[in-house]
Amino acid sequence: MPRNLIDITDLSVAEIDELIATAEDIIAHPAKYQDACAHKQLATLFFEPSTRTRLSFESAMLALGGSTLGFSEASSSSTAKGETVGDTIHTVSCYADIIAMRHPKEGAPFAAAQYSEVPIINAGDGGHNHPTQTLTDLLTIHREKGQLDDFTIGFCGDLKFGRTVHSLVTALSRQTGIRFVFISPEELKMPDHIKENVLAKRGLAYEETASLEDAMPALDVLYMTRVQKERFFNEADYIRLKDTYVLDPEKLVPAKSDLCILHPLPRVNEITVAVDKDPRACYWKQVKNGKFIRMALIMKLLDIRV
Amino acid sequence: MNIDSIQNGVVLDHIQAGKSMDIYRYLRLEELDCSVAIIKNVRSARMGKKDIIKIDSPLEVDLDVLGYIDPNITVNIIRDGVRIEKKHLELPQRLVNIIHCKNPRCITVAEPQLDAIFLLNDAEKHTYRCAYCDTEKNRTF
Repeated sequence: MPRNLIDITDLSVAEIDELIATAEDIIAHPAKYQDACAHKQLATLFFEPSTRTRLSFESAMLALGGSTLGFSEASSSSTAKGETVGDTIHTVSCYADIIAMRHPKEGAPFAAAQYSEVPIINAGDGGHNHPTQTLTDLLTIHREKGQLDDFTIGFCGDLKFGRTVHSLVTALSRQTGIRFVFISPEELKMPDHIKENVLAKRGLAYEETASLEDAMPALDVLYMTRVQKERFFNEADYIRLKDTYVLDPEKLVPAKSDLCILHPLPRVNEITVAVDKDPRACYWKQVKNGKFIRMALIMKLLDIRV
Repeated sequence: MNIDSIQNGVVLDHIQAGKSMDIYRYLRLEELDCSVAIIKNVRSARMGKKDIIKIDSPLEVDLDVLGYIDPNITVNIIRDGVRIEKKHLELPQRLVNIIHCKNPRCITVAEPQLDAIFLLNDAEKHTYRCAYCDTEKNRTF
């Protein structure tokens, strides 16, 4: 059976530490890895649009000396003809050594893994999980804070459908000394399955608030999210909620001087462009880190060591 | 009521009173050609009232289905008029194609040919979660 990454908990804490260490080594010594995946092929199957995730996967594989193939929207694949996920994956696993897939339906990568003969990486499944974004977030926090323990993190915005939020909360729940603050409107609160199955089961406390201003002074890390139009069945609800939180320089006045501001991107207007100049804005570093941690992950799942 | 009134078959005992018809449907007992007796509201020292189903055929009962519906049910296997085995059930760790996910965003709703897989989430609360999308489902019996 190939090794897959469907959910962040498919990796142990020790394995995540190992991936972060590899990514740090790739950043320090990129030439050492330039032929690590020579003659290997990565298929990027994106049934839903993406800029960063797809390009970072492709960039990662190219930087490892491998090559890529795939599609960037469902309409250019046989899905448009009614092909099932299983049949698509069965086909692609005949051509590629490893598959990164994004799909609008929750659990599609889990379904894919049942049909694949090569490793499957979940590159986002609906509002459910996005484990490689989580690895990116963890690498960024590690690089900015020097560790993954003992800090207060605030998650702000769409916590109901925010797949990156669910995966990151799950990953951090396995660390020690993490204080969670969930900042959202009532309609977009953190789902019960995260609060009960992830946090409560481990005896971890969390705070819920609707006020970003109230939460700001205590935060070491602020994880902003976009209210995602594509997750709403009712457009009126989206319009009502989309501008609930807008982070601007004024709101950052009471924040800590070493606050680390993260965002999985793309943003719409939840972080104003003026914040980009603030040294606490780390979301562009996050984008860059995404490539390095994906390089480390591809090597691990292909069992390639340098 | 004695359980040895059938010669070769299965007796499902300690069914919660009023639930026998649910079990009849879930086990698709209407498809059997043999005698099936549903006995409702039998007096029980332990339960007050209970239902019993007697199936006059040595069929393989899906214990996962029964365990999910009611883990307190006991399954008695009868051979030559004698009970040869009494099975106690428990909530199964994994359910395959017994219950289905209702989350409209779940891949199993879009592609119903996929096996519907649920994993036991909390034995005390009798909750399961969809293996694909993590949506929780309470036991609905």
